[in-house]
Amino acid sequence: MAVIHDVMPAFELFQPASISDALTLLNRHGSNAWVMAGGLDSFDWLKDRIKRPSVVIDLSQVQALRGIKEQNGGLEIGAATTLTEVARHLVVRDKFRLLMEAAELVASPQIRHQGTIGGNVSQDTRCWYYRSGWTCYRAGGNICYADTPTAINREHAILDADRCVAVNPSDTAPALVALDAQMVIRSARGERIVNAEDYFIGPAVDITRMTVLAPGELLTAIRIPSTWAGAQFYFEKVRDRNVWDFPLLNVASAIKYSGQTIERIHLVINAAAARPLRLHAVEAAVVGKPRNEQTADLAGRIAVQGAQPLRHNGYKIPLMRNVVKRAIRGGGGGTWTS
Amino acid sequence: MAEHKLVGQNYTTPDLVAKVTGKAKYAEDFRAEGMIFAKLLLSPLPHARVTRLDLSAALAVPGVKAILTADDLPAAADAVNDNGQLILANLDGEVALTNEPVYQGQPILAVAAVDEVTAADAIEKIQIEFQPLPFVVDPLESLRPGGPNARTKGNYWNIPAPAPAAQGGGGGRGQNPPRPEIRGLKFTDAEFAEAKDGRLPVMREAPEKWSYGDLDAGFKNAALVLDETFVTPDTSHQTLETRTVMAYWQNSKVYVYTGTQSTAQTVLGVSRWVGVDPANVVVISEYTGGGFGSKITGAISLVIPVLLSKKANAPVMMRVSREEEHYIGRGRPGVRGRMKVGFSKEGRITALDMFSVSDNGPFERQGDCGNTGVISSLMYQPLAMRFRGISVLTNTPPRGPQSQPGGMQAAALMEPVIAKAARKLGIDQVAIRRINAPVGKASFGPPAGPKAVRQYVTSAFVQEALEKGAALFKWDERKARSGKRNGSKVRGVGVAVSTYSAGSVGYDGLFVIKPDGRLYVQSGIGNHGTASVSDCHRVSAELVGVPWEKCEVTWGNTAKNLPWTCNSGGSQTIHAMTRAAHAAGMDATKKLREIAAKDLGGRPEDYEVANERVFRKGGGAGMSLAKAAQRAIDLGGAYDGHELPKDINKFTRASATALAGQGLMGVGKDNYPHDGQSRSFVAGFAEVEIDVETGKFHILDYLAVADVGTVIHPRAVGGQILGRSMLGIGHAIGQKWVYDQHYGVALAKRFHHNRPPTILDAPARMQWATVDLPDPETPVGARGIGEPPVGAGCCAVLNAISDALGDDVFRRAPVTLDMILTALEAGRPTTEPLTAHI
Repeated sequence: MAVIHDVMPAFELFQPASISDALTLLNRHGSNAWVMAGGLDSFDWLKDRIKRPSVVIDLSQVQALRGIKEQNGGLEIGAATTLTEVARHLVVRDKFRLLMEAAELVASPQIRHQGTIGGNVSQDTRCWYYRSGWTCYRAGGNICYADTPTAINREHAILDADRCVAVNPSDTAPALVALDAQMVIRSARGERIVNAEDYFIGPAVDITRMTVLAPGELLTAIRIPSTWAGAQFYFEKVRDRNVWDFPLLNVASAIKYSGQTIERIHLVINAAAARPLRLHAVEAAVVGKPRNEQTADLAGRIAVQGAQPLRHNGYKIPLMRNVVKRAIRGGGGGTWTS
Repeated sequence: MAEHKLVGQNYTTPDLVAKVTGKAKYAEDFRAEGMIFAKLLLSPLPHARVTRLDLSAALAVPGVKAILTADDLPAAADAVNDNGQLILANLDGEVALTNEPVYQGQPILAVAAVDEVTAADAIEKIQIEFQPLPFVVDPLESLRPGGPNARTKGNYWNIPAPAPAAQGGGGGRGQNPPRPEIRGLKFTDAEFAEAKDGRLPVMREAPEKWSYGDLDAGFKNAALVLDETFVTPDTSHQTLETRTVMAYWQNSKVYVYTGTQSTAQTVLGVSRWVGVDPANVVVISEYTGGGFGSKITGAISLVIPVLLSKKANAPVMMRVSREEEHYIGRGRPGVRGRMKVGFSKEGRITALDMFSVSDNGPFERQGDCGNTGVISSLMYQPLAMRFRGISVLTNTPPRGPQSQPGGMQAAALMEPVIAKAARKLGIDQVAIRRINAPVGKASFGPPAGPKAVRQYVTSAFVQEALEKGAALFKWDERKARSGKRNGSKVRGVGVAVSTYSAGSVGYDGLFVIKPDGRLYVQSGIGNHGTASVSDCHRVSAELVGVPWEKCEVTWGNTAKNLPWTCNSGGSQTIHAMTRAAHAAGMDATKKLREIAAKDLGGRPEDYEVANERVFRKGGGAGMSLAKAAQRAIDLGGAYDGHELPKDINKFTRASATALAGQGLMGVGKDNYPHDGQSRSFVAGFAEVEIDVETGKFHILDYLAVADVGTVIHPRAVGGQILGRSMLGIGHAIGQKWVYDQHYGVALAKRFHHNRPPTILDAPARMQWATVDLPDPETPVGARGIGEPPVGAGCCAVLNAISDALGDDVFRRAPVTLDMILTALEAGRPTTEPLTAHI
């Protein structure tokens, strides 16, 4: 069969107006159904005819999936809330600035107006071999084209690779993990709540999926508890271009101090592995230590222990070391002039 | 033209409102009765032969109207050019469809159907099998001893020297160029050994070579000799409008709706590619969404909808997607260069030994490789020079000229070496460029012709551009803070110079002043964003004294009687077509004076033309242009275009004949003298700030000062200077192709993968200026500006980075944060030095 890209094939389109209708459709069509929120990930796959669902369920008409509610000192964010709405929400700005900064750095203004937070955290990896339709491990084959002696893998994983070396490209995911967010998942069978840290899965768990979402399941909301409200936050996204680019690495930290001493910390890095990684060893090492250059150095060194570079991504090791340092210490000690 | 009323002034171009309101119609916006749609089947392999093709299932899909394959294309035909030379068909040149694809993404066939989904569904039903053939996507890999060839016949074009003129033959015609042929060439093992050290091996007997001066003495007398390798990226043109085309046939005429840089000359492109008489070709191109050299006369892919339309007997629209554009949309050849340069202690270049290896793509030989030598010789005026080069065939998408082709790469190869030399010699970066700058009628390139004479330029005011730029940029002030750390941030400043071709001669101008007193200008110039489609004609309007509000410009449709016009490539247009507009304007002025003398007495030279009138010098009798236009019709003959100059092109003759009798015709060929080659120059200045903990950098400020002669339209010049600077800056900061060498296929094939710069990557502040000195060899004084800002933009930024961080950070462009960070960690460049497309 000859291959053609960039022409979306015909499929059956459903635009349910309620969560229950969406779940009914998901239950009816099972793995034949493709769930679409903002469409930024979906349209690539569909136009290139690589993913071939017979049914697409477009969530754009489900009002119940949109909006941000205050809840027990925290927030509940509907999964189809746009990234612009998240970044502009006053409580997000006041209490959970980490998420605001992450959401504001996603892609470009146009994409943030259209893209949703549920889509941003659930999006597939951007590995260019996989997304070109190559039959790699992640696509059900038995090779990783990005991990060969000649592969071009500047944007790939340095940690936790298992056959597949793709990375998670989300900017909001590490912020949500750092904030102890909970993911509300519904299906015809009911509702389950999953910690953000456990929502994302690596290839060792399931090489064909980025999250725990199974066919028939829908991410309906993201809850942010009050735990980290008003903490000291740091978010940095390192990318090639200043807009419209995926992260080469990003880092999110939330710190609570007792005086100058780090009392509690969550530190998360993304685009280093197939899922956002909470750096538990770093967290353990810096708790009880003062916030200073030495602690930051220590954090940076521990963070990259076990990192394995590929042919073109060795830079991610010093980069990760340095951004983890900055996540403890604060920015580069000299703001950009421009 | 002592006093300018229109030249040098800003104005509202006639296409502006349509562009900003969305009313402008690009090729994709046209519709025709019964129009159907085409989609392409592209090769999945970098080099292969189609061994089986079964179209039956696709043809059986309801709604499929026709399938076009390589077998439906006309054979490559010989052609005769304007000089009467016979150009033999290149039998291994590019074709629109093929059964032996030589790059991944090459179109194999096209399906026309009632809509695109039907066409795509039909393509998926096509049974096709391939026999894979050897391939290579890296020119050095092909030159390696025993390396693969991209084409079955070899890996480079041998262009045989022209045969000596036959005795008594030729009849005054130019000598016919020989047919180019593909040959194979490899490094010797001894030559190639250097590659392992990251240095570009030098090929002793390269196909392209020339020299002048005493190279050995130049090196012997040098105070400093540097020997450097540098690699420039391959980049797509990334025009916002892809090469979408709609076409149909009416009677024997073909109507082609396409983007093009050159409306009039695209007729010949269509004629040659499709195999129809130029008289039966109509090109409609009202608006073009960018070309940058990739659409000089449209694109060869236009033959697909043209021939499908004939086969299906219906208008065919072929919309080209962004990924398809990556494959068929042209790219700039990446060049790897080895530069051995000798400097005197004052910084003067005493000797330059340059070897360039260019990635040619699979088809016709590109000029970029040779241009790296020619442009380097002009820009830095080495006292002695040797150039050697080879443009290597690879199984990557076809290349084409991209803004400043070869010149941009020349700057990128040479500028880092100049910057390093200045640091080593303790010379200011502006001063070292000033001492090497071309002045006046500066020579360049190889000695040529029986007398071994080098070419020279019409004028060069590079030193003036450097001085003006250094003052405007406050160079000395900024230099003082370069390299200083602030936390993890460090700043750097850079300057670079750049040059390229800026004008051709010999084209025609054509307009009519009608009895309504208005000036009707015929413009064969392409409307691709440069404003020259209308800018050039302001020269005519000024000469005949008509205010711009009373000028109507007809453009964008070759059925509307356009004159023979230069193609808009190599920044020819503002130079060539202001000369043509001047010729037509002078013709009309002469006719107006003659009419006035006939009706009002006296001699023609007693009259002058201004303010919509022709009148006696110093006051007295006169008549309006409206009246004179009516008189021209009454008088007939040359006055209203019934008699035409003998030297105009036949294309112009046909148009002028059609317009005859409507008013006073201004028509003429540019026969003005022109001593030298027209070249423009730019000096670029940049300041960057780099975060040494991430390698990320921002461009704080950028200034370009251009030597472009007389400025015709300041806003358009500014747009060109800054826009093309950004094109160059993209090459410095991130834009590139990425290929997997093992499979020979593209990994970066869409905007966000290829990373052209975004608006937020542009310098926080950008300024432009010109030196405002007219070129003495053209009546209006104007030269083109499209090309030289590119190299200046790229290299000012590259030089600013090395000024901040030192010479041991990068050896190739673009410079990305990973390259900076790993080099700072290791204390030396660590990115693979020679591999292509990483």
